[in-house]
Amino acid sequence: MSHAPDTAPLLSVEGLSKTYRSGRRLADRLTGRPETQVRAVNNVSFGIRPGEIMGLIGESGCGKSTLGRAILRLHEPTSGRVTFGGTDVTALSDDEMKAMRRRMQIIFQDPYASLNPRRTVAEIVGLPLSLHGLAKTPAEARDITAAIVEKVGLKTAHLDRYPHQFSGGQRQRIGIARALVSHPEFIVCDEPVSALDVSIQAQIIQLLTDLKREMGLTYLFISHDISVIGYLSDRVAVMYLGEVVELGPVETVLSNPRHPYTQSLMSAVPEVDRPGHKARVRLTGDLPSPLAPPPGCKFHTRCPLATEICRHKAPVSETVGAGHTAACHRLHENLSVPEAEPA
Amino acid sequence: MNMQNDDTLLQVQGLRTVFETRAGTVCAVDGVDVAVRRGECLGVVGESGSGKSVTFGSVMGLVRRPGRIDAGRILFEGRDLRALTPRQMRAIRGRDIAMTMQDALTALNPALTVGEQLAEVLEAHDEELPRGRAARRRAIRDRAVEMLGLVGIPSPGTRLRQYPHEFSGGMRQRIMIAIALASKPKLLIADEPTTALDVTIQAQVLELISDIRAELGMSVVLITHDLGVVAEHCDRVMVMYAGQVVEQGPTAEVIGQPKHPYTKGLLGSIPRLALRGEKIHPIEGQVPELIDLPAQCRFYSRCRERGVECLQSIAMQDAGPGRQARCIRLNPETVS
Amino acid sequence: MAAVDTDTPRDAATAQESIFRRNLHSFAANRLALGSAIVVLLFILMAVFAPLVAPHDPAETDLFRRLQPPAWMPGGEWSYLLGCDALGRDILSRIIYGARISIFIGAAVVLVATTIGIIAGLAAGYLRGWVDTVISRVVDILLGFPYLIFAIGLMAMMGPGLINIILALVYKEWVIPCRVVRGETLATRELEYVEAARALGAPGRHIMLREILPNILSPVIVVSTIRMAHVIILEASLSFLGLGVQPPTASWGAMVADGRAFILQAWWVSTFPGVAILLLVLAINVASQGLRDAFDPRFHE
Repeated sequence: MSHAPDTAPLLSVEGLSKTYRSGRRLADRLTGRPETQVRAVNNVSFGIRPGEIMGLIGESGCGKSTLGRAILRLHEPTSGRVTFGGTDVTALSDDEMKAMRRRMQIIFQDPYASLNPRRTVAEIVGLPLSLHGLAKTPAEARDITAAIVEKVGLKTAHLDRYPHQFSGGQRQRIGIARALVSHPEFIVCDEPVSALDVSIQAQIIQLLTDLKREMGLTYLFISHDISVIGYLSDRVAVMYLGEVVELGPVETVLSNPRHPYTQSLMSAVPEVDRPGHKARVRLTGDLPSPLAPPPGCKFHTRCPLATEICRHKAPVSETVGAGHTAACHRLHENLSVPEAEPA
Repeated sequence: MNMQNDDTLLQVQGLRTVFETRAGTVCAVDGVDVAVRRGECLGVVGESGSGKSVTFGSVMGLVRRPGRIDAGRILFEGRDLRALTPRQMRAIRGRDIAMTMQDALTALNPALTVGEQLAEVLEAHDEELPRGRAARRRAIRDRAVEMLGLVGIPSPGTRLRQYPHEFSGGMRQRIMIAIALASKPKLLIADEPTTALDVTIQAQVLELISDIRAELGMSVVLITHDLGVVAEHCDRVMVMYAGQVVEQGPTAEVIGQPKHPYTKGLLGSIPRLALRGEKIHPIEGQVPELIDLPAQCRFYSRCRERGVECLQSIAMQDAGPGRQARCIRLNPETVS
Repeated sequence: MAAVDTDTPRDAATAQESIFRRNLHSFAANRLALGSAIVVLLFILMAVFAPLVAPHDPAETDLFRRLQPPAWMPGGEWSYLLGCDALGRDILSRIIYGARISIFIGAAVVLVATTIGIIAGLAAGYLRGWVDTVISRVVDILLGFPYLIFAIGLMAMMGPGLINIILALVYKEWVIPCRVVRGETLATRELEYVEAARALGAPGRHIMLREILPNILSPVIVVSTIRMAHVIILEASLSFLGLGVQPPTASWGAMVADGRAFILQAWWVSTFPGVAILLLVLAINVASQGLRDAFDPRFHE
């Protein structure tokens, strides 16, 4: 990142990549078929300051969830470095990493799949306490668990119930309690509200922002929903096909997007505030397959501004404002994407 | 609103659809009235369990055991669909009314090519097809290519021979729309057509539906949980909560000046860049279980404006020209 | 923090009912399965209380009763209900004692095989990599072995005896639960709650035994019950060939073999133990099908 942050970042990601390989089978070796590789995350760098909410936005398949999991080493990064509070997380041994997990947590998207159906709320939420020896006695563990369960808006009476006895919103609260019980400093929120109804979504967003303030947390907030990111994050990174194409303070990026992909993303969001008044940028075509990403700038197959150079040369990130970077060949021509006729 | 308006294509009156479960009878749709006019786009908004999908599943005759339609009339161009035989209903379904499902992958038959699935619909519903077998087959193929082209699928001739899994999510949704539109229906019911899709693809699909509506002059019912989608694409909107319609009227007015506390709450729950730093106001609590509901406003337990007068069955109240809302406080004198 | 109003969990009726109880409930609703389960239970009780139930000592020979027919036939006696064999032993008592061998070996083999299968399957499915490769190859190789022929070979090598029969059957039996467990583990390890446990720093042992195992146990139990019927048939086959428990201990397979020579003049000697095998195996199969339906969520609602 070219912009020097005011405070030292709590978490910094440098050149992080995650490549999945399909194992070559015997038949592939015999026929000489090359191994297929998916570059889910490609050379991503950014930093998150203490107390900040970093939004990470992109469409499905862009690698945002993989990035979140690679940071926590739930999916082992292929290359690059993650530094957390001065410690190189990527260099830790398995045991050291297990201890580190107390400080770095994750909240999942699916409130149904993320809770073990055979265990009670007390067991689910109390698990980190026993794993990290954070409670001396079972009674103390229960007290801590009860306190955190109340903090996320559930009742102590719920402790001995099973996940299937709760609604989606309540289950998401259980998942949040589990992530918070060990008092972590940093949490990856992986689409925590995407599976919820609008009114419940608002409850959870409110809860997450309140908890962040009270407990001094730092979030990497992954979402495909620009409104959610716009509402709660301080800075935002926009991802496309495994790469961060634009990054900066959320007001700047969303009100003055510089990358053509961010521009089209912004214009595609339907809003209740000003229906029909929005100039619409129509993107044609679908996301290219990550198995065979296009050469040059990965966005050129759908970009209305693409020229010859975009087809051959990948753009590098450039500073376009205070703490605002974007990766596009045509940044300095001060163009914006041609607008389609309003519908 | 004039109920006998010639302009009305679909008229649903007092629809009640129930599901028998071990815990009791779940009243998924309770006394719903809907009117869809020719050529208009009606948005139906509600959260999961609000009964929005079941309402239109009932219209399509798609409610299966343990569910059943308990009461109500469903008039399509004046004919009561509930009085039709299954055979007559099949003829209407697909030809006059078509429905697209949220999940295009499971709604399409994985074992048939896209062309075969389109041909099936065309074969069954297109009376303009020529008589000779060869000519007929050619005509069907041409129509299928035309339909895929219409929904914006590149090189439709070759893609006709591909199977659903060879298409992306957005493409599959388009194919389902193409299949739904193949018989040139008078009414298209689109059930969450874009929920599974990314925003940029969502914008493409919604604009496609709008374009085709204008071109074919059909009516569209757009079932969604996204008020933004309704704001941009629908003429009128109907908000559902716990099996009932709680508010309906012209989109701009309902969104600009919501009358029902639930609609207000929904609008207030949407996080926006413009609201940064401000608190959003979530609707607290949860949707009630639809079993043995007490005779009171269904939104009572979550309502910020509730009072003792809300503890009775609430009927729809007039709330301005072409607008209604199910809130007693709009018109305290009325007692249902 | 302002306590958000989160109502009590919905649907009090289902809330009190655990998943397991719901399974039992739907199992009980299937009358045929329930009837079969009762038959299996009766066989087990019969085996356990054999000394109390059996009218005679199963080893007691009485040459005056050699090939005595069942009670309802001319020459039969009510105290020897199903007749006697070539040595004049009471067939009913021998069937009752024979149930002990069949059920004990069936249960022991399935128990040992399932335990091995669970450990190997969990390790292969969760750890992947070379562990998976080794276990899966061994499984593939064993699947290629003809089950009974190898069991016969092993028995010939090790000699007869209860422990040896169990070993000769376990050598391949564990492959079946192993494959089930591996498949279920592969599917379950991708679920978010398993990932959540990893994110919390839980060690592999905890994840395999506490997070994954409880959730995949139902199909394993169902498969194990079905396999018990197979094992009982295999044990009977080994005994029939003279490779099972040795005389004078009563065993169904050996009883069928003993009666072979007299099948024309004394059909009952082979037939009744054969019927016992048939009845127990059929009852186990029907009961396990009912169990499978009860555990399979697709059959609910």
